[in-house]
Amino acid sequence: MFGKLTLSALPLDNPIQMGAVVFMAVCGVAILGYVTYKKLWVYIWKEWLTSVDHKRIGVMYIIVAFVMLIRGFIDALMMRSQLAVAYGANHGYLPPHHYDQIFSAHGTIMILFMAMPFIIGLINIVVPLQIGARDVAFPFMNSISLWLFLVGVVLVNLSLVLGDFAQTGWTAYPPLSELKYSPGVGVDYYIWSLEIAGVGTLLTGINFFVTIIKMRAPGMTLMKMPVFTWTALCTNMLIIGAFPILTVALALLALDRYLGMHFFTNAAGGNLMMYVNLFWAWGHPEVYILVLPAFGVYSEVVATFTGKKLFGYKSMVYATLAITILSFVVWLHHFFTMGSGADVNAFFGIATMLIAIPTGVKIFNWLFTIYRGRLQFTVPVLWTLGFMITFTIGGMSGVLLAVPGADFVLHNSLFLIAHFHNTIIGGAVFGVFAGFAYWFPKAFGFKLNEKLGKGAFWSWLIGFYLAFMPLYVLGFMGMTRRLNHYDNPAFRPWLIIAAIGAVVILIGVIFQVLQLVVSIRDRKKNMDVTGDPWNGRTLEWSVSSPPPFYNFANIPEVTELDAFWDMKQKGITAKKPAEYQKIHMPRNTPAGVFIGLFALAFGFALIWHIWWLAIVGILGIIGTMIVRTSNDDIDYYVPAEEVKRIEELHAQKVASEA
Amino acid sequence: MVRKKASRFVRLLPIGAVALLASCSNAPILNPKGQVGADEKSLIITAALLMLIVVIPVIVLTLTFAFKYRASNTKAKFMPDWAHSRKIETVVWAVPIIIVIALGIVTWTSTHKLDPFRPLDSSAKPLTIEAISLDWKWLFIYPEQGIATVNQIAFPVNVPIDFKITSDTVMNSFFIPRLGSQIYSMAGMQTQLHLIANSAGTYNGISANFSGAGFSGMNFKAIAGTEQQFNDWVNKAKQSGSALDQAAYNQLAKQSEDNPVQYFSSVKANLFRDIIAKYMFQPMDKKMTNAMKSGS
Repeated sequence: MFGKLTLSALPLDNPIQMGAVVFMAVCGVAILGYVTYKKLWVYIWKEWLTSVDHKRIGVMYIIVAFVMLIRGFIDALMMRSQLAVAYGANHGYLPPHHYDQIFSAHGTIMILFMAMPFIIGLINIVVPLQIGARDVAFPFMNSISLWLFLVGVVLVNLSLVLGDFAQTGWTAYPPLSELKYSPGVGVDYYIWSLEIAGVGTLLTGINFFVTIIKMRAPGMTLMKMPVFTWTALCTNMLIIGAFPILTVALALLALDRYLGMHFFTNAAGGNLMMYVNLFWAWGHPEVYILVLPAFGVYSEVVATFTGKKLFGYKSMVYATLAITILSFVVWLHHFFTMGSGADVNAFFGIATMLIAIPTGVKIFNWLFTIYRGRLQFTVPVLWTLGFMITFTIGGMSGVLLAVPGADFVLHNSLFLIAHFHNTIIGGAVFGVFAGFAYWFPKAFGFKLNEKLGKGAFWSWLIGFYLAFMPLYVLGFMGMTRRLNHYDNPAFRPWLIIAAIGAVVILIGVIFQVLQLVVSIRDRKKNMDVTGDPWNGRTLEWSVSSPPPFYNFANIPEVTELDAFWDMKQKGITAKKPAEYQKIHMPRNTPAGVFIGLFALAFGFALIWHIWWLAIVGILGIIGTMIVRTSNDDIDYYVPAEEVKRIEELHAQKVASEA
Repeated sequence: MVRKKASRFVRLLPIGAVALLASCSNAPILNPKGQVGADEKSLIITAALLMLIVVIPVIVLTLTFAFKYRASNTKAKFMPDWAHSRKIETVVWAVPIIIVIALGIVTWTSTHKLDPFRPLDSSAKPLTIEAISLDWKWLFIYPEQGIATVNQIAFPVNVPIDFKITSDTVMNSFFIPRLGSQIYSMAGMQTQLHLIANSAGTYNGISANFSGAGFSGMNFKAIAGTEQQFNDWVNKAKQSGSALDQAAYNQLAKQSEDNPVQYFSSVKANLFRDIIAKYMFQPMDKKMTNAMKSGS
């Protein structure tokens, strides 16, 4: 009846894991209790869970990203504290069985369930506004994307409560991830959470690609698109190109595990090298999926807060496109040590270095945007400056690793760990934090507390250097990754410094939480009624904050790059339209929620071999789709009077404030 | 009192820093004991210096520009519409291109020179060691000496060593940081690694690819000594009296953690080849047998 699932799946023998379970349960009960007490259920259901509004979907992505940031960060604290003590006779407090799950979950969560939703959330909130569109091309599909992604999140966290997570590292290389060496449900949690969330991500990629190509405001040619939208376009092209590879690789691994096939096993002609190639053929574009939109954020931030046009817009666009294409021909640099010939290794090494060229150009362009500008040291600017220095160092260590001869001694070492945290934290994470502070007033209508934001920045920056510079040193000392115990006394002081660094980052995270709490408390004081708190340059700043659900009462006409700046210069922003028109909008729908619930049942059933439930899940998804497809009442018109009422209300507020 | 304590702390600080730096300067990758490692170290330094040509100016410019063009400095020039300069854009494309060309040339030549499969240039006759990763220990076979060991190898200095590597479990990576390059060990396949030790010493060896629960303890020692010391070591193994036949191997291949060093005075013939072959299609066809014989 319940497949492999029995009561013994509960981690009753592991106090740390039980603690996490209890903590999650308490949080869950507290939130549900609050929602019930405040009678918010109807509001949340009608306005959020069933919403197809890209802004609300974006907000929900980012909320989940923050929650998962904390989850993944707790994993990081546990690893750092384990390694600070697990020397010599002391084996620390995390036995391999638990420790191996922690580093696997940390990597999986931070990349796929923290950085990805943060990026996708920002794209959701910003891109339609930047291109002057009223929603995305496929609003209902956007809701499905969110819910499929959430299924992945739920499955990863469920592995804490029932059974184990993978003990293979976040890459889940076979044959270690094959049934013979990982007989438990851990790898299955990994496979199905990534498969289901991955489908959601692919749908997002298609959705935004079509949105950006087809739904730009009249006059906005490709070369008049804001840079953030350009990077979003490239990222979505990468998603469309790369995610199917991951889906197939994991599906083949699942066939090995579920149906006894031999794609990647040791025996019967299977070969792990195929998986490793497929994984990184997705995995390398994936890091550019994360970092390109961050580059876009920095471009917007630098231009806005210097009050200056972005330097070298065309260079910036071509550099982004070059990175997009090159990112598909460098995957082998993740395994120079697999024994490819010198020609192959050298080819991929040099291809990797080529990426440094457009990346370097971007850094110079930001520099020359600051040059002869008026730089305001706001929180987004601090993140940007922190990025420019940190990422340059990370890029340098990356190019070093791209030299096969150097990689032969640094591969898989803590030098590599330092490198990719240097680029992912210093590049993508600083970027989404900058974007968060920059667009928060747009999404919610009030600014974030600057002081606490600066506290968060400095703690993160200092903590980052303390936590990761020692890892470069440890790499040179020959310390490899994923150890949970060591005997070399020379490692210890550096690991202790790294642990202290993690604690300093913790202070940064606490600042971020405080910043949110305090900013929400003081929201009346930090209210922004103009919709343009930073004197912005792009169209998202031309509407109220938060924007009306239809975004634009009248679709703007674009004649220049930095369209809103141009309008402000020409003095045509305040002009009221002669008349308002009715607006065609999609209706909210619970179908996304139901598809998500059935997909959750499907994934959970496959993990625990509960076959009947898997069939119920898949039939449920198909059934929901059929019901939804036969529903004709999926859109409506907002009457012109209603648009007029909303717009005039906003105009009045702006006038009274002025 | 407080001040005294503080000043003592301040005085201790440089001592701590020196100790840290000392441990850093003794880092194996930066203090290689063999030619391969030495070449890789100088490659790392060359590549790093080449990149610093652009990295240092970027960091300096970031700090200078951010400071000079801060909003409160109204004396600095302000050109809000200046967004293009052919001269600057040519330079910002050209500089990284030139550096990458230089790095590319270094990469092409060094990758061929340091190819792990390429035999080293040396007049000495190479010593062959077969390495097999097991859960969670390393088995080494010396086909010419007819001995086998677990978690320990020895070899004479200045003699090139021809490692032939495979796995009888999941993928691992064979790595002696002081000597240079690592390479993966994979079941059903043989990789090769050519190393040499140019000074005597006992060096740590590890697996550098996560392989499961006992991974952290999967360490071995590599002893580089004189010809005489090596011969003594071989004799010690020969006198151990235990034979590595199929039964002993099957026992050894079972999962175990933190294995002690073991010696075997004799080894079943072709054990290494059999370990690789057992993961290939059965029955083996002629072509494969031939391929195996020729060692490819």
